[in-house]
Amino acid sequence: MSWVLDNLDLIWSLSLDHVRQSVIPIVLGFLIAIPVGWLAWRYTPLRGTVLTTIGLLYTIPSLGLFALLAALFGIPYLSESNLIIALTIYGVAIMTRSVADGLESVDAATRSAAIAVGYGPWRRFWVVDLPLSGPVLLAGLRVTATSTISLATVGILIGVQNLGYLFTNGSQRRIIPEVLAGVVAVVVIALIVDLLLILAGRLAMPWIPRQGQERRERAAMRRLAAEGIA
Amino acid sequence: MNVFVDAFAWIFSPDRLTGSLPLPTAIWQHLAFTFGSVAIAALIAIPAGWAIGHTGRGREIAVALSGAARALPSLGLVVLLVLVFGVVHKTEAAVVSFVLLAIPSILAGAYAGIEAIERTVIDAGKAVGMTPWQVLWKVEVPLGLPLLIGGLRSATLQVVATVTIAAYVGLGGLGFFIIQGIQIRNFPQILGASLLVVALALILDGVFALLQRLVVPRGVTGRAARSRPIPTAQTAVA
Repeated sequence: MSWVLDNLDLIWSLSLDHVRQSVIPIVLGFLIAIPVGWLAWRYTPLRGTVLTTIGLLYTIPSLGLFALLAALFGIPYLSESNLIIALTIYGVAIMTRSVADGLESVDAATRSAAIAVGYGPWRRFWVVDLPLSGPVLLAGLRVTATSTISLATVGILIGVQNLGYLFTNGSQRRIIPEVLAGVVAVVVIALIVDLLLILAGRLAMPWIPRQGQERRERAAMRRLAAEGIA
Repeated sequence: MNVFVDAFAWIFSPDRLTGSLPLPTAIWQHLAFTFGSVAIAALIAIPAGWAIGHTGRGREIAVALSGAARALPSLGLVVLLVLVFGVVHKTEAAVVSFVLLAIPSILAGAYAGIEAIERTVIDAGKAVGMTPWQVLWKVEVPLGLPLLIGGLRSATLQVVATVTIAAYVGLGGLGFFIIQGIQIRNFPQILGASLLVVALALILDGVFALLQRLVVPRGVTGRAARSRPIPTAQTAVA
């Protein structure tokens, strides 16, 4: 415990690095997944191919992916950009499925109604389809955020400073509180980001009855858990 | 593409059969840790998941557990348990952490498999006079099998990835060459071992994908099976 109190500054600055390295991939993953997920949903022949490819990306162990990215795209192996790009790929992998599922969850009658009152495809997507996919997107985003934040710690193995430093440093110096502090800090950050996402969801989607939203979110979470995007 | 040539040269070099850790031994260690840990996790999680699915009680626990497990950094867990158990028992410590990481996916798969069955099917089983045990073994378990295999698939991939990382604490496996390669700045070795880890994960994923198709009971129409999204390739990231 005294180790933690003596090193609050270190934990805080590592946490800031950690948040920066996690938030970029979460946001990028979400933004990239919207067009890709839309393509997979809109063009049925593409769907299988896109979702399988995306699924295979998620199968790749992180410590293996770093070297592939370095070899294929010339990204420096031991670098923060390598970590951020790898995390973004995993984020895209989770979110693409959520986007496709979310669009699928929009009631066809609602979509027809939008067409009937004269919404063009572009406006319909932004004003009807995307907002109504919100609950499923949110569930996917929560999974993405949590796993990105915990996965980012692997970065320390390729020399990227974040909360993972407390694991390797604590391991070398055999300081249990240091490692424990790292684990707790990661879980706390994941929890805070998760709560912020729930709050943002409430603010962005006030039209969803709270009970129904929670039920739908839970159902979506359960499905994700079952499918193992865990 | 020269780096790939070097990486393959590293993989197929005769030196890989000798030295402190021969490559076949490392692959074997990797597989043994993976399957051993998933097997132990399955022994715990499958009965628990079936109990939750059958009784409908405790489902919140299953959902909360898989959520919490996602937030847990696997490298941190492995290092923490190795320090707590003592370095002499690092193998046991690592296996315990692999088991802990594998349980949530398997639990969710076992439970969701039963949850996904239409109530009318289960009611029909009761109506023809099946006992609760018969409903479980003859209706719920066979129909829930594809999703259970999906859970095992996720767990396996998660553990494959975590075993790679666990090389940091000196566990061996394919991650050994990556960690060592970083220390001695030998990129062909890093890439060669990485390619093997990726191949291992993709092969295991393919085997489970096949298994998932095979376990759909005869008589369950393709339509019914497809109406539930059968998990495609998933998890692993650790």
